[in-house]
Amino acid sequence: MPGEMAHHPQQRQFNPYSENGGTILAIAGRDFAVIAGDTRQTEGYSIQTRYAPKVFTLTDKAVLAVNGFAADGNMFVKKVKQRLEWYRHAHAKDMPLRAIARLIQTMLYAQRFFPYYVYNILGGIEDDGTGAVYSFDPVGSYEREACRAAGAASSLVQPFLDNQIYFKNQKAAPGSAHPTHLPLSTVIALVTDSFTSATERHIEVGDGLEMYIVLASGSSGQGLEGVKGLRELSTKGEAERVFVIRRDLKKD
Amino acid sequence: MTSIGTGYDLSASTYSPDGRIFQVEYANKAVENSGTAIGLRVKDGVVLAVEKLVHSKLLMPGSNRRIETIDKHIGMTTAGLLADGRHLADRARDEATGYRQTYRIPPPLKAVADRLGLYVQAYTLYSSVRPFGISTILAAVDKDGPELFVVEPSGVHYGYNGAAVGKGRQLAKTELEKLKFSELSTREAVFEAARIIYLVHDDAKDKEFELEISWIGAESSGLHEPVPADLFAEAERKAKEAIETFE
Amino acid sequence: MDHFPTNWGRPRNEKHDAYNTYPLHDRPYNGPKDSFAEGVQRTQQPIVTGTSVLAFKYKDGIMMAADNLASYGSLARFKDIQRLHPVGSYTVIGAGGDMSDFQYIQGMLEDLIIEEENTAADGHKLGPAEIHEYLSLVMYQRRSKLNPLWNSLLVGGFKDGQRFLAYVDLLGTTYTSSTIATGYGAYIAQPLLRKAVEGKEDLLTEEQAREIMEQSLRVLFYRDARSLNKFQIATITAAGATISESRTLKTEWAFAEGIRGYGAQVQ
Repeated sequence: MPGEMAHHPQQRQFNPYSENGGTILAIAGRDFAVIAGDTRQTEGYSIQTRYAPKVFTLTDKAVLAVNGFAADGNMFVKKVKQRLEWYRHAHAKDMPLRAIARLIQTMLYAQRFFPYYVYNILGGIEDDGTGAVYSFDPVGSYEREACRAAGAASSLVQPFLDNQIYFKNQKAAPGSAHPTHLPLSTVIALVTDSFTSATERHIEVGDGLEMYIVLASGSSGQGLEGVKGLRELSTKGEAERVFVIRRDLKKD
Repeated sequence: MTSIGTGYDLSASTYSPDGRIFQVEYANKAVENSGTAIGLRVKDGVVLAVEKLVHSKLLMPGSNRRIETIDKHIGMTTAGLLADGRHLADRARDEATGYRQTYRIPPPLKAVADRLGLYVQAYTLYSSVRPFGISTILAAVDKDGPELFVVEPSGVHYGYNGAAVGKGRQLAKTELEKLKFSELSTREAVFEAARIIYLVHDDAKDKEFELEISWIGAESSGLHEPVPADLFAEAERKAKEAIETFE
Repeated sequence: MDHFPTNWGRPRNEKHDAYNTYPLHDRPYNGPKDSFAEGVQRTQQPIVTGTSVLAFKYKDGIMMAADNLASYGSLARFKDIQRLHPVGSYTVIGAGGDMSDFQYIQGMLEDLIIEEENTAADGHKLGPAEIHEYLSLVMYQRRSKLNPLWNSLLVGGFKDGQRFLAYVDLLGTTYTSSTIATGYGAYIAQPLLRKAVEGKEDLLTEEQAREIMEQSLRVLFYRDARSLNKFQIATITAAGATISESRTLKTEWAFAEGIRGYGAQVQ
């Protein structure tokens, strides 16, 4: 055809990213933090596995949840853990939570032009004994918050959390105020409900739930008694205590 | 050595007037101080054996191995400076993997021996380096069957049916010459090798030694491996019996 | 096969070639050339490809299977290719995707075993977990250089009384599961395997496992146009790794005559 442009060979380009579904969530209390994630890993409409952990203990009082592209997530966690080990060798103590948060920002931003396709939520206990949650975007923007959901069902879970934790669109009864911190039993119930609901409404969420609970030194742990599937990870004598609750979620 | 002390022995890059390179000859002296190492190329396999002199009772048994594995099917042992031997073994491994990566087949021993010869020879050319103080026995079963080579400090290498280097090489060679290599099985060669090492060991000069034996043959599935513990024990026992009756 | 409804009904991109019927990146073009085209960095695509690999846990260890076909686009190009490969003494890997990349991986692992087992001679042997970790690092590094090894790989093994089964692909994505199927098998065989195996990993005998595997392979052969009814099955148990000789599965196509739209039918 006269005047036709030389067409560029259009080819299927290699895409170094994928999206592996799942959802993570963390809530900070006065003297505790809860960090949770489901265990399903997907690609497209396929379930790759029913058990691929997305939540990892970093130190005795820091837990990291990672969501997005699984290969990047696993590599990122591996590298954070390596940096924390080097810190322990250099300083003979664990890195404080706020320092881990800044480290994660630095490590994410270092890959600004080939990012880790990963949403991070860091939870744990600060040096002052308060429960804390830090959330990150893939290139390292971060802030400390009371709660955050990320991943496939974040758009379902976050509004629920806004309503139940921040009491958005709720009016306190006359002459009373909303509580600033919720008790542990309420938080565990909210997390459980968030995931059972997300499992119902999002196809990439389900199979299993892993909920990590970090208690500050001296915290009573009231609200944990009689909880099903609870296991303590910390050994006696540590200041902070870490627990994990494992639950089944629907597999369909 | 008529020219000793005349300055022709200070560098490997200087000939003596009668065409010798003294540094290389001195390197051979380093080999002569070492515990004996022998190799036997027989009907269906190859055997390496070493008289590893133990200079201190404090050493862990089995430490400072003298026999090394270069590739699945290639073994190597050296007589001379132990550290030089370790370096050359490293080089041999690089050559073997290099060959594998290029041709995707197990390297024939002659190719490895050839390249090691070139490498060793390069250390006889420059004033800035010292020749290797080792003689190397290489053993393999490759596509051409059982193979045995010796690389000397000068860089030359020869193929052998039986090879001996180090202190007791003269007596060992005399013993090796009595063997019918084309009729021996690899298993039989293990017993001969153990016997020869025990025979050439000089109790008067060197007190302690450890015997090391490895083989490559059908019984090791073509792999270079230390001989199995029970065979080793039997070979050592028979070797001790043999030297009782020898003298 | 496009599962994304968003894409349904839209104009098809002919060059995308979702069915991989044509292996070259572009058809021969003899028109005017763009002088700058050479400067454009291009990424690779698979050329000679293998299809699904199936594997699952059973009582004694791991069973893995793959057919013997390597396709050139839609052409059944090589019909006697081994896609299962032993690594060390405790592991078998199976590959789908580009066969030349897979052969490169085989060579790489051969060198690794020589270095870590033969040469080191320290008595430490690499098990399936170590092989999988190593492969994952290589695959992830290569994807990060935008120069991937175009495979999806299964690693199965048995060491120290432990079964191991895991996946890694060209993106460096990894996971473990009691049943895994790559490629088209992820759609066709994985649901069958899950139904037959999940929860029964410690009960299934080798005989039962073989029956499940052959049934899955049969269904795959009927449905996957890039598959062959000639395959190998590997078992990795306490007794070691065994890869069977190639076997040909009997198939029955007579029923196809009765399917509307399949044979020579008037309407």
